[in-house]
Amino acid sequence: MSLRMIDKGSMAAFVSNLLQAYEVVGPRAKDSQYAFGRITDYDQLRLDYNTTILPPKKYLLPQEEVLFTFQTEGMSAAPVFDTRPRVIFGVHTCDIHALHLLDAVFATGQRDEHYLERRAATLIVGIECLTPCDEHSFCKSMGTLSASEGFDLHLTDLGDRYAVEVGTPAGEALLARYAANHGAGESEVGLLDKMLSEKWPRFSYRLDFDGNELPALMAVSYKNPIWKELEGRCLACGSCNLVCPTCYCFDVQDRVSMDRKTGERIRVWDSCQLAEFARVGSGENFRKTRAERQRHRFFRKGKYIPDMHGELGCVGCGRCARACLVDITPVGVWNALHKAHTA
Amino acid sequence: MSPIPTVGSVYVPSPARVAKVKALTVMEKLFTIELPWGQSLGHQPGQFVEVSLFGIGEAPISISSSPSRSNGVFELCVRKVGDVTGALHGLEEGATIGVRGPMGTGFPVEKFRGKDILFAPGGLGLAPARSLINQVLDERGSFGRVMILYGARNPAELLFKDELEAWRQRSDVEFLVTVDRSDESWTGNVGVITTLFKHVVVNPRNTVAVTIGPPVMYRFVLMELLGKGIPERQIWMSLERRMKCGVGKCGHCQINNLYCCQQGPAFNYAQIKGVEEAI
Repeated sequence: MSLRMIDKGSMAAFVSNLLQAYEVVGPRAKDSQYAFGRITDYDQLRLDYNTTILPPKKYLLPQEEVLFTFQTEGMSAAPVFDTRPRVIFGVHTCDIHALHLLDAVFATGQRDEHYLERRAATLIVGIECLTPCDEHSFCKSMGTLSASEGFDLHLTDLGDRYAVEVGTPAGEALLARYAANHGAGESEVGLLDKMLSEKWPRFSYRLDFDGNELPALMAVSYKNPIWKELEGRCLACGSCNLVCPTCYCFDVQDRVSMDRKTGERIRVWDSCQLAEFARVGSGENFRKTRAERQRHRFFRKGKYIPDMHGELGCVGCGRCARACLVDITPVGVWNALHKAHTA
Repeated sequence: MSPIPTVGSVYVPSPARVAKVKALTVMEKLFTIELPWGQSLGHQPGQFVEVSLFGIGEAPISISSSPSRSNGVFELCVRKVGDVTGALHGLEEGATIGVRGPMGTGFPVEKFRGKDILFAPGGLGLAPARSLINQVLDERGSFGRVMILYGARNPAELLFKDELEAWRQRSDVEFLVTVDRSDESWTGNVGVITTLFKHVVVNPRNTVAVTIGPPVMYRFVLMELLGKGIPERQIWMSLERRMKCGVGKCGHCQINNLYCCQQGPAFNYAQIKGVEEAI
């Protein structure tokens, strides 16, 4: 992997060149917050954003997605794939880790070509966080404050220029074709190293233990009284799932035309916190209580997903903590579980 | 393993023909399904298919016929409980449905050969159990004793009555049936399924038990089976979950860490013992 440099004065041309060949999405200001959206002009791109309301996941696993169109007569169906070339520009390292996990999820076992085709047509341009986004993020504890893979290009702001780490051959080609850039000189490599080592102490470890110990901690926390305590607070609104970069559960629905002759089968984001999520045809509900559903959420993040895919199911972005109306936070829950085993 | 080819997407079902519809009770119908071009489903007992009706939706249904009797068709015993199953009940012979599968992990029949088999299905649990029962009966010589203890809520809800009668008459099958509540037509056993267990004596180490029914039934039947000394790994169940995608992605069928549509729906007791959400 090589290191290149782009002068800030060349960034507008880079993005506008990309717009000729790609749909470009990136962080944009939205009221007092930021949200990933379509970029049609470089000025819309806010690479200085702190965090976004929703993660960039929505460009790979959209809130609503047509799996196939159908004709009811004869049950004929045609799958729908979204293969438009797209660049997701300005992805923070927590979200890079989350997308890396989703790549594994949808390629494991029976391959989900709807996700994977879209992913294959997507390039990721990351950007290094140099200051913490707010009090809810805990990326440093989760090992996501840096990323060594999962991006095609990765930018670090060096003041008047960006250092660009090339992650893939596709990223290298993108840079060569669309951006005025030059190789990194010795002083630039030194400056990058300085920026990266100076940023490290600005972030704090917010978990009282190493995030890699989460699966082991969860293994002894199933019967912890905290789940019952969360039951008294959780409103079962599902916001935590909807803003999560690693939540990928979905519901499948049919949408049919007025004459019922044609339609489409769609998938939409779903939430394991909603009461109906685990109900079966006979009426039995296998996670009836909010305590069981919150426990399931935290176990997926801290144990089930890592056991299955070898990566933590939480990247410490803090979005669920920001979205929660009753202040249920992963830092709070996990530190409480840890305390129960160290007291 | 998915013998029905998918066209680029694991979510697109293949069209299949409803060759025959037979009402079994007021609530259950048996559908005989034919795949195009004489394809065989190639399933194992205990697996399921996703059945689609475009415009209504999709539902996971366990396969009720034995692979040994496939003849290019398979059977689904469907209880009318929701949108898809309700619409299925309205279909006539010749209708087209969508099918994906077979899906999931079924019963390891090969491991059962040479063993005595104790079946204990309750209610609609007979539908998936029948797939294995008929395979065992078709290959009767390679199994030891065959015991079938079947329980239903009342005589009107007994499924596959012709087959029950045939099993009763076979000298190489020990067959007992009970109903929770009798009516004037009923002269047989009355009581929940566990009341039948005192009538059978098993050689526990050489017995495989297959019990399929609602969670409350599992709790009591498991106590009976464990009480007879049958090892945990030889007690098999099939767990009902809402498998929406059938390919281990959507999360609806998850039982703690297990995806029921992948590792299950057939599980032995050792696999799910201590898995709190299982039953």
